[in-house]
Amino acid sequence: MSATAAQTRALSATGPLGAQMRRFAAVAGVTLLAVTIVSAFLMPLAYMVATAFKDQSQLTTVGAPLYPAARETFTYEGKELDVYDVPTPDGAVHAWALLEPHREDALFIDPANPAGGPILWEGRWRTLQQHWTFSLRVENFTNAWDTIAFPRLFFNTVAIATLSTLGAVLSAICVAYGFSRFRFPGRNGLFMLMVATIILPFQVTLIPSYAVYLSLGWVGTWLPLIVPHFFSNAYNVFLLRQYFLTIPRELDEAAMIDGAGPFRILRSVIVPQAKPAIVAVTLFHFFWAWNEYFLPLIYLQGQPDAQPLAVGLARFNALYSQEPTLIQAAAIMAMALPVVVFFLAQRAFMRGVVFGGVEK
Amino acid sequence: MSLSSGTVGQIPAVAPPRTRRGGTPQGRRESLTGLLFVAPFIVGFIIFSALPMGASLLLSLTDFDPRAPDEMRFIGLANYAEMASDPVLRESLLVTVRFGLIAVPLTLGFALAVAILVNSKLLAGRNVFRTLFYMPIQIPIVASTLVWIGVLHATTGWLNLGLDAVGIDGPNWLQSPTWVGPALALMGLWGIGNMMLIFLAGLQSVPTELYDAAKVDGAGSLASFRHVTLPMISPVLFYNLIIALIGAFQYFTQAYVVSNGRGDPDRATLFFNLNLYREAFGFFNMGYASALAWLLFAIVLALTIVLFRTAGSWVFSGGER
Repeated sequence: MSATAAQTRALSATGPLGAQMRRFAAVAGVTLLAVTIVSAFLMPLAYMVATAFKDQSQLTTVGAPLYPAARETFTYEGKELDVYDVPTPDGAVHAWALLEPHREDALFIDPANPAGGPILWEGRWRTLQQHWTFSLRVENFTNAWDTIAFPRLFFNTVAIATLSTLGAVLSAICVAYGFSRFRFPGRNGLFMLMVATIILPFQVTLIPSYAVYLSLGWVGTWLPLIVPHFFSNAYNVFLLRQYFLTIPRELDEAAMIDGAGPFRILRSVIVPQAKPAIVAVTLFHFFWAWNEYFLPLIYLQGQPDAQPLAVGLARFNALYSQEPTLIQAAAIMAMALPVVVFFLAQRAFMRGVVFGGVEK
Repeated sequence: MSLSSGTVGQIPAVAPPRTRRGGTPQGRRESLTGLLFVAPFIVGFIIFSALPMGASLLLSLTDFDPRAPDEMRFIGLANYAEMASDPVLRESLLVTVRFGLIAVPLTLGFALAVAILVNSKLLAGRNVFRTLFYMPIQIPIVASTLVWIGVLHATTGWLNLGLDAVGIDGPNWLQSPTWVGPALALMGLWGIGNMMLIFLAGLQSVPTELYDAAKVDGAGSLASFRHVTLPMISPVLFYNLIIALIGAFQYFTQAYVVSNGRGDPDRATLFFNLNLYREAFGFFNMGYASALAWLLFAIVLALTIVLFRTAGSWVFSGGER
């Protein structure tokens, strides 16, 4: 303790170089800490990838490695032999095939040199570990792909999310424009009312809506998942309105002098200026719709051909919960697109959270 | 990116007032155009919020079953009376509250700690870390739940394998009524993304002069965290707290996937919302489920009001205007 303190003092005594060293040590320490935490945090992803490429039997075998691997075998004189990790007195460990097991010793064959003939090894072969070699099993993906009808579910998800995003973004742009640029009686009251709908739990309107959709014959179709979004949503409007308010009015007025009407101004002034916010709303809504589970579960129950990935995946899990390798392969397939898009557009996502959440 | 200095939750100032009048023809035209643009909201509010709310209140006074809508009877407040003596409802409330008590502080604390870490000037590659900590929120919840189900598996899951390696005999997380709550809370750490970014924006908006002043006054890093950072980020803390609490009462997908919609083991994952779903779409007790939805609304509203009431005493609002 005091030794390190003395060292630090000695370092700082050496002036700017010492300060630099200390800073470097601090940066290394904090970064190492962050690497440790983020590795633990993302460990489940490593589990997922490793499991998706494993054979089901590897999961339950004691002593099997964590990475995808297969037990090695060696064919010797027409017989298939298991390969073990065999330690020898000189300290080396050999991958040898077990030819003839006995109680206190065994005969092995060296697969690298079968011509060398059987090798006698003293010891209990049952205490040895089998030899595993890295091996990826891709069949989990093809199996999962076929079993959940992945192309079908993927198409459904993209279609539902695209249509509902189209409605949500167009309607939010219009409503946000109305709230941010025009004066009309009751505007502030209406705006408050809209913001208040954020804390209204959707369950409160769920059952009457369900009953109405049922009587319209919409249950079992995508309509209940798409149509309501064409009537704007408080979060999206709020985020866009905040952004529209930061666009200088002089731009509108200049366009107005040039004879532009309100729609023209919206299209050629507001929308181009508010692109970052519109991109953020589009991304958020699209992936919110991609992830949505509750409503598709209710409205598309018993319609496997119309369901999105989230619902199909949960159904698949209920059937195959005993086969984690298949489940993890399916999970990778379901998250691939959102995760790839996130990495491509992370700036837009992360900036959107901040102007949606904090500037309130 | 600055935090507006007003109190949290206050609706920001409306569009800058304009100097023109109301009753002129232009004024009327402006009103009409504005209303036209806002129309999707007005129509949507009436069709998808106001009318269903009224209908739901009415349905909560009936024994509506969508399979036999013609036999619906008006039963007064019987659904609300039933709530008082419904043991399953009581259990679902307990499950939800117990989970909230673990998950909300855990999530808030972890999100704040990560935000402080990725805000540190001593961290190399800060943007990479921000992206990585944010990323899991982008994974579809069903998929991330399936991944966690695997990680939490009693014998083959990596969590228990890791615990095993250090000599701890891990529990059977998802099959044990005691441990399934903490397991779900742990799973919830993957959802810190937005909270973390909001904390981060809060941290970045603390003026550096305040830290300098604290240093001059002899404050160490802990003291300056307590007396400078915490008060200055209390508005974002408050915002995140409200979102987290409402989230706990809306918790559904993870519980549904983990228990295949049954609330297993031993109703330990029968969250409020899962119970409501089962009443409505499992047993078709839609009158009772409507009443449950109103109970949920009352709880969320009460929580929000209580939090706003207490906000004055701990949420810092810089220079009230």
